[in-house]
Amino acid sequence: MGTIVLLALIAGIVLWMVGAYNGLISLKNQVVNGWKQIDVQLKRRHDLIPNLVNTVKGAMDFERSTLDAVISARNRAIGATGVQQTAKAEGELTQALGRLFALTEAYPDLKATNNVAQLQEELTSTENKIGFARQLYNDVATQYNTRQMQFPTNLVAGLAKASPAELWEIEDASERAVPMVDLSANKRGA
Amino acid sequence: MSDDANLFAQQQANRRRSTWLTIGFILFFAWVGFGGDLAFWLLTADTPPGSYHHVVPFIGIFSVLSAAAICWYSWRHGAERVLWATGAWELIEPATPEQKQLVNVVEEMAIASGLPKPRVWIVPDTDPNAFATGRDAATASVAVTEGLLATLSRDELQAVIAHEMGHVRNLDIRLMTLLAGMIGAIALLSDGMGRMLGRGSTMGGRWGGGKGGKGGKGGNPLGVVILVLWLLTLVVAPVISRLLAMAVSRKREYLADATGAQLTRTPMALASALEKLEGATAATASISRGAAHLCIVDPSPGLMSSREGFLADFVASHPPIRQRIVRLRGMGYQQAKRETAGALSPP
Repeated sequence: MGTIVLLALIAGIVLWMVGAYNGLISLKNQVVNGWKQIDVQLKRRHDLIPNLVNTVKGAMDFERSTLDAVISARNRAIGATGVQQTAKAEGELTQALGRLFALTEAYPDLKATNNVAQLQEELTSTENKIGFARQLYNDVATQYNTRQMQFPTNLVAGLAKASPAELWEIEDASERAVPMVDLSANKRGA
Repeated sequence: MSDDANLFAQQQANRRRSTWLTIGFILFFAWVGFGGDLAFWLLTADTPPGSYHHVVPFIGIFSVLSAAAICWYSWRHGAERVLWATGAWELIEPATPEQKQLVNVVEEMAIASGLPKPRVWIVPDTDPNAFATGRDAATASVAVTEGLLATLSRDELQAVIAHEMGHVRNLDIRLMTLLAGMIGAIALLSDGMGRMLGRGSTMGGRWGGGKGGKGGKGGNPLGVVILVLWLLTLVVAPVISRLLAMAVSRKREYLADATGAQLTRTPMALASALEKLEGATAATASISRGAAHLCIVDPSPGLMSSREGFLADFVASHPPIRQRIVRLRGMGYQQAKRETAGALSPP
């Protein structure tokens, strides 16, 4: 009788371990997948920027510094590795693009050409996608981090080689306010 | 986590509702079929030996089989039929900037909701409206009218698509699409029966007259009662089925509004989109009554969707737009309050 109880107990523990382990692995894969989703959109954004710069270059010759800022921010973003660094570089790129778009408002002819409108729509969409993919990534990463730290599951966390995933942190308020604030700063500077 | 649990509960509830709806639908057809059989059996029971006796309940067998076939068909092809009925065409290669924007927005919302990208359709109609249909997220379609593309700004379009993705994610589309198929079938059945009875009334008169002349006591009274009940069911069935669809749809709209606002994080955009949709008072001609409950706003407004009160609650397919806007505004103000509070207090 005693051995049966013991065996049942061991079987129960093993079953629970398998479940917990698999749960962690599945979350880990979701985190990796979430990051891939972001990565796809980031690549697309990086590919779109040279097109945009080439299109507006002729018309905005005297806004050279803004264009250069976009290009260098893009190059830094491409070179960035890891969540933290990528987040920072992409945030700067967003700001630089915001400035560029704010400036294009002053060139009605430029806005009127279909190409620029199209590129702007593409970039806006890509940025939205990055934002939504980031939401999703942060959600699963938080779930993953919580799970591997909570009590019974943390016992198998080592077995599943689980380590906390980095969140993509942004200063929400500042990012939202960027284009307007920067435009005024730019005008004062010029 | 609690969001996930809530979502799971919503999906479970819709699966359950879909099952009950199917069972109810088949039971209704069983009553129509076997009830008719019973009435004819009672009415022909005491006729003389040489004349017709209704013994084999073939009406019942036939109608139950066709009900099952209709359910199966609605399940497999309901979405296609709904889209076909509205004359929608699938947007695969976006040609205009507006179409490109629509595809982009749908992709964005698919990412936000973590679902596969649904197929995108355009309904050639100048009245702004939108709906989603399909069995589940993998087979979902989102359709918008040309008028919607022309009327809304990018943010508003995004909010409307987010509302539709909410329907997809909660599995509302499954229930609604099944309902659309069944409403169509019931309307067809009622029309067909009505026409048949209309043509057969002369025959019925001869029947009654013959019996009256022979026995003096008329037919079996129970048979007559059942026959009357049976006819009554056929008359009210289309109305009842539509009321059911309305009742289901009304509850789901608030939830989809909330889900949509949660996906875009801009409840105000959906509120202003609804305001524009409300402003366009013309009816969406290409969307028939049978698919009304699928749409984001009632395609034939003016009757009830703009009114409030008990009667409107009972017969409108959508909650009053005013109330939806008020709720969304409430969400928007709360969000704004949280954000300003967050900006003021040190992090």
